[in-house]
Amino acid sequence: MTAVEEPVVEERPIGYGRLKRKEDPRFVRGKGHYVDDVQLPGMLHGAVLRSPLAHARIVSIDTSAAEAHPKVRAVITGEALAGLGLAWMPTLSMDTQAVLATDKVRFQGQEVAFVVADDHYAARDAIELIDVEYEPLPPVINARHALDADAPVIRDDQEGRTDNHVFDWEAGDKASTDAVFADADVVVAQDMLYPRVHPAPLETCGCVADMDPVDGKLTLWATTQAPHAHRTLYAMVAGLPEHKIRVISPDIGGGFGNKVGIYPGYVCAIVGSILTHKPVKWVEDRSENLMSTSFARDYHMHGEIAATREGRIRAVRVKVLADHGAFNATAQPTKYPAGFFHVFTGSYDIEAAHCAVTGVYTNKAPGGVAYACSFRVTEAVYLIERLVDCLADELHTDPAELRMKNLLRPEQFPYPSKTGWEYDSGDYPATLRKTLELAGYDALRREQAERRARGELMGIGLSFFTETVGAGPRKDMDILGLGMADGCELRVHPTGKAVVRLSVQTQGQGHETTFAQIVAEELGIPPEDIDVVHGDTDQTPFGLGTYGSRSTPVSGAAAAMVARKVRDKARIIAGAMLEVSTEDLEWEKGRWFVKGDPTASRTIQEIALAAHGSLELPDGVEGHLEATTVYNPPNLTFPYGAYLCVVDVDPGTGAVTVRRFVAVDDCGTRINPMIIEGQVHGGLADGVGMALTEIISFDEDGNCLSGSFMDYLVPTALEVPAWELDHTVTPSPHHPIGAKGVGESATVGSPPAIVNAVLDAIGVRHADMPLTPGRVWLAMHGGVEAPQ
Amino acid sequence: MQVTINVNGEDHTADVEPRHLLVRFLRDDLGLTGTHWGCDTSNCGTCVVLLDGEPVKSCTMLAVMAAGHQVRTVEGLETADGLDPVQQGFIEQHGLQCGFCTPGMMLTARALLDRDPDPSEQQIREAISGQLCRCTGYLNIVRAVQWAAHHPAAAAAATAPSAGSTP
Ligand code: FES
Ligand code: FES
Repeated sequence: MTAVEEPVVEERPIGYGRLKRKEDPRFVRGKGHYVDDVQLPGMLHGAVLRSPLAHARIVSIDTSAAEAHPKVRAVITGEALAGLGLAWMPTLSMDTQAVLATDKVRFQGQEVAFVVADDHYAARDAIELIDVEYEPLPPVINARHALDADAPVIRDDQEGRTDNHVFDWEAGDKASTDAVFADADVVVAQDMLYPRVHPAPLETCGCVADMDPVDGKLTLWATTQAPHAHRTLYAMVAGLPEHKIRVISPDIGGGFGNKVGIYPGYVCAIVGSILTHKPVKWVEDRSENLMSTSFARDYHMHGEIAATREGRIRAVRVKVLADHGAFNATAQPTKYPAGFFHVFTGSYDIEAAHCAVTGVYTNKAPGGVAYACSFRVTEAVYLIERLVDCLADELHTDPAELRMKNLLRPEQFPYPSKTGWEYDSGDYPATLRKTLELAGYDALRREQAERRARGELMGIGLSFFTETVGAGPRKDMDILGLGMADGCELRVHPTGKAVVRLSVQTQGQGHETTFAQIVAEELGIPPEDIDVVHGDTDQTPFGLGTYGSRSTPVSGAAAAMVARKVRDKARIIAGAMLEVSTEDLEWEKGRWFVKGDPTASRTIQEIALAAHGSLELPDGVEGHLEATTVYNPPNLTFPYGAYLCVVDVDPGTGAVTVRRFVAVDDCGTRINPMIIEGQVHGGLADGVGMALTEIISFDEDGNCLSGSFMDYLVPTALEVPAWELDHTVTPSPHHPIGAKGVGESATVGSPPAIVNAVLDAIGVRHADMPLTPGRVWLAMHGGVEAPQ
Repeated sequence: MQVTINVNGEDHTADVEPRHLLVRFLRDDLGLTGTHWGCDTSNCGTCVVLLDGEPVKSCTMLAVMAAGHQVRTVEGLETADGLDPVQQGFIEQHGLQCGFCTPGMMLTARALLDRDPDPSEQQIREAISGQLCRCTGYLNIVRAVQWAAHHPAAAAAATAPSAGSTP
């Protein structure tokens, strides 16, 4: 049992460090309150009828039998929604998406009708009674054929459209990049597919919509990572006044980007409640979740890397074909249709870089940005970290040595990247060295040689990733015109206890604990005396929510800044209490004291009471002790890390066992190391899933072949090793507490390390994920499985 | 059909449709929402409860099949003496994040420890291998069960500061 004992690591967290979570007492008692736990008097239940076909014209929909079901209260079709102007809704990428299909269905699983009934069973029974006549159309399934001249046009709802093209987007400098490639000693090119995967949080998506027919106020309990953004969008889409909408995001059973978008089911439940004057619950089942809600990735990439013969990386260029499914519904800042993919230059000092991304429609579910991807950083990191290994293979050099030779050096920060980023801080070589030491790299290579001599296939894989997270500066970043800044409110009660109200929403990240720690550190009020309120638009300030690892970089900064405002006000009040000038006061955690006379002091609790009392305050100073702030980040943050994976491959079957995984992360200042480690553990397991087992695949007719957990294989406790973690700390210079965010680092960084390890074991330059036994065996024997 | 099911030590009699799943009976009829559901194919294990002390997936069992049996849910883990050591272990070792898989994981762990008070890491991993967790990467769940194995008395609360307090 020693392998998994608690590690003892040196760490420099901010105050209170490894605090046990405030959330846990309710969760371990089964007292969490998730959307499906909401029970309201008279509540009805909704179910969605979905398309069995990937592409078909709707000839007719007959709902009469369903309507005749004794327990059915309403049947809603696209036609009915069209009458309300709600048949289509805007997506987060400024496209439109059908709420319920009117003209055509465009992917298998698309929403066609919605039934509201007295109970869950009756709603499901009744959708079976709806008779839809379809006229099948040829589907576009393979993205590589989406732009063929004879490809059927999927989005013929858009006037004048004659093809399936969504966007073209470029970053970097093409001319200078091509020039470097033209005179490079060595050029290595590789096609690679980052397959379509799914975040698959264990709680599926759902909502309870309750429109009060008297005061016209809609309360929506929903599985949303962005309650405020959703409220604004409902106001824009449905024409409901924003102050008459309250979105509550209660406990959320995992999000990973799956719960950022607005799904048709939510809109249907709202309409159902408006029509029936009753609360309507809709919760999708697992197949609906996997087949229709936001998928992730699906990037067909062609990467090239140019280098000197000595292994100095000079340039990288990439062409990407991005499969966006039937509607462009990716959730990302407006200016960046390929997310932050242009961080693909990775952690290396290079001369030039260029990428060109083309997005296309296919007859598959919409989405693309999800599964802890940090806005496509996942795809970027995979690309560069695979290319570096391909180059190492070409040059017959050690991949660790090649990385070390090319990493950015500490003195190069802040580093302006060739694609327009400014990396904030880092000491990359130190982090890589730590990983290699912790793993015992040289000994591993010796062991590998010995095993190889015995015919055993052991592989060692590395990745060094740089993320770009914490979106983002308002001048550059918005979603549907909403700037990506976040508000925060802090009130200290008369007795010195406090409440902090956040715009972001936890899905397991432990915000109730870590945000209390941030405020505690700034004010010296113990974390147990600070209540964290979040996930309710009626009770919290506006902000864009939790995804893309933005909670700590943006909202965490807001919490620190609002606490500093309160501290500044406390100083004025302390001055009045002690009858000294504020200039003469000095702060020590939890109190203001008179310079040179530390005994003359007032604690924050004493100050809070005085602020609410009769103490005479200086002119212009209001009573009470509270503040609000809106934090607009000056730059993104750039967490990074070095990962190493050791695998064993069964030569007979191609089955991969992940024997060890060493992860050294640098996320800047560490608030609660226990929570950080937990997040890294979870992301590493995601990486094992993506690298080895997870894929959403389709047959040529567009039937989704991964619509359940029997086919979409999420790793269990038996597929993952006892993670080995360590860290370095390079604070972000522009973040108030130096924190960078860590929630997605491991999901982003681990897949290439695992794939590199498997390919190292079998001596093959490239094979696409997921590296299932069949694919590995084929790769070992010179075959390739036809890509999906 | 009329059924009587003993849940957490109390008999509950109800008239249920034959197709009513045990998980829905627990959640919708008894309001015991600590038992979750997360799939349609018996793969995720968020619905695990103990039936006569053995873990079962309550989404794969009809309420009528549980008639006359003893069901224990997460709400039945805590006793007058305090939290079950498994519950305390999950807090101590950060064995949960979103908490959705946690009730099922804890009940499986309870059954394992009742059978074998000092399981190996591999035995713990095997015991929970029919259940998924998307957040924790499993290591801290393993550690949580080990913590419970090493602190068998429910005096857990006395040995550790309660969650959220200053160490
Ligand atoms: S709900 Fe998934 S196994 Fe029971
Ligand atoms: S804690 Fe979220 S699924 Fe396990």
